Amino acid sequence: MRYAMAMDTKKCVGCSDCVVACQTENNVPHGFCRDWIVENVDGTYPNLEMEIRSERCNQCEDTPCVRTCPTGASHIIEGGIVKVTHVECIGCGACIQACPYDARYFHPDGYVDKCTFCDHRVSKGQDTACVAVCPTKCLYFGDLHDENSPVSKILRERKWKVNAPEAGTKPQVYFLI
Amino acid sequence: MKEELFVSGRNIPFIDPVLHIWHWQIPLYLFVGGLAAGLIFFSTYFYLTGKEKEYPIAVQVAPFLAPIVIVLGLIALLLDLRHPAFFWQLYTTIRFDSPMSWGAWTLGAVMPLSVLWPLSYLTEIRAYFDGKNRYIINLIDWIFKMMKQYWIIEWVYKLSIEYRKPIAIVNMVLSIILGVYTGILLSAFNARPLWNTSLLGPLFLVSGLSTGAAAIMWMAKSHHEKIAFSKIDLILIGVELFFIVHLFMGFLASTAVQQEAAGLFLGGEFTAVFWGFFVVGGLVFPAILEILELYGFKIPISIPAFFILFGGALFRFIMVDAGQITRYLY
Repeated sequence: MRYAMAMDTKKCVGCSDCVVACQTENNVPHGFCRDWIVENVDGTYPNLEMEIRSERCNQCEDTPCVRTCPTGASHIIEGGIVKVTHVECIGCGACIQACPYDARYFHPDGYVDKCTFCDHRVSKGQDTACVAVCPTKCLYFGDLHDENSPVSKILRERKWKVNAPEAGTKPQVYFLI
Repeated sequence: MKEELFVSGRNIPFIDPVLHIWHWQIPLYLFVGGLAAGLIFFSTYFYLTGKEKEYPIAVQVAPFLAPIVIVLGLIALLLDLRHPAFFWQLYTTIRFDSPMSWGAWTLGAVMPLSVLWPLSYLTEIRAYFDGKNRYIINLIDWIFKMMKQYWIIEWVYKLSIEYRKPIAIVNMVLSIILGVYTGILLSAFNARPLWNTSLLGPLFLVSGLSTGAAAIMWMAKSHHEKIAFSKIDLILIGVELFFIVHLFMGFLASTAVQQEAAGLFLGGEFTAVFWGFFVVGGLVFPAILEILELYGFKIPISIPAFFILFGGALFRFIMVDAGQITRYLY
């Protein structure tokens, strides 16, 4: 099993519903977020191009955060989801330094927190909170090893890219272009 | 022009707009780690090569500073943790992939051994401070008094004298690991392009050794020993400058993210402090003073020693601060 997400940059309108859904679902403390919307504007007026992306932890295949963790608090669970065991985290910050996507943060309670791909929901066969609420249906989630999953299907049909592949982390959040 | 915005309003403390989760604690620790590595290395090296009589301060007295600064560094590291009460989790596991795990175990070994080494020279250290520093004399006398009361302390003291040679060998190896580790800690983070260069380990080691040599020449009594460590320092400063030139050559010949990282020092916000205060103030200026001294000018040795120590500390503060700003662009 290999969970992955695809995000349609052509359909997203940047409403931030995924951000709010995540904060509500996961009790993310005020002022923090596990996912966020980036708006990229490229070019010179009038030849402008805009891309909107809903970003989160890329649940990388090759995880520098897990590698640098000195206590083993950062670990990978079934499906390739990267998680942090709160009681094992000493808050040294190594994983935050190691992440090229700045996807991790210090929870006010002293441990490192991040997107969990809503493992408490997906283990029951549900979609992640962000995918479930997306009003434009621009987020796709599923198992890459299952060729009938929404994410496998859309990745076969469309052109895609990943963020900073040169960082060598093999990110598993795909952006449809 | 390319512009990137967080439209969902992301403003996480210490992460946005630029990463700044490591403050003064980590660079302070990297500095004292390097200093301790230098002190222990020169002490054990000159002991093992039989130069104890020639460089008495370096071998017998200076290493007493090492455990003191290591404790300071450990306190700084503890303060850096968001969950300091959980620090012992570091010692429930060995993670070969994690430089920080290596560092924790190295420190765990260096801490007791760096106490054991100067302990064997307690009478020599007392003689050095006699009439100079009442507090240190009182402390050493108190240790001797404790020895009479608790046999275990006396046993450790006798052990440290009896097994001086094996302790020196282990300490020397550990001091090199400690010195290199302060650089590897940073270079292992491939997400921070400024740090992600294999030159950082050797560069931090050389810089640490040079701060150690500076501290020794500051403490040295005889002209012969002062001059000897002044020369060692000059060589180390030369190697350091050589590494710094190579560091920037490597960055400028590398990918866009590393070119951008080098840009922070070549016209960017760290240009003045890095070249002005560190390279000129902390390396070139003390090197010139030391050369003048070798040619017979009378210069108080404390001046170049102070500037080298200051430069060594500043270098680590700059690297930790600037490194956190650099990142991958996408």
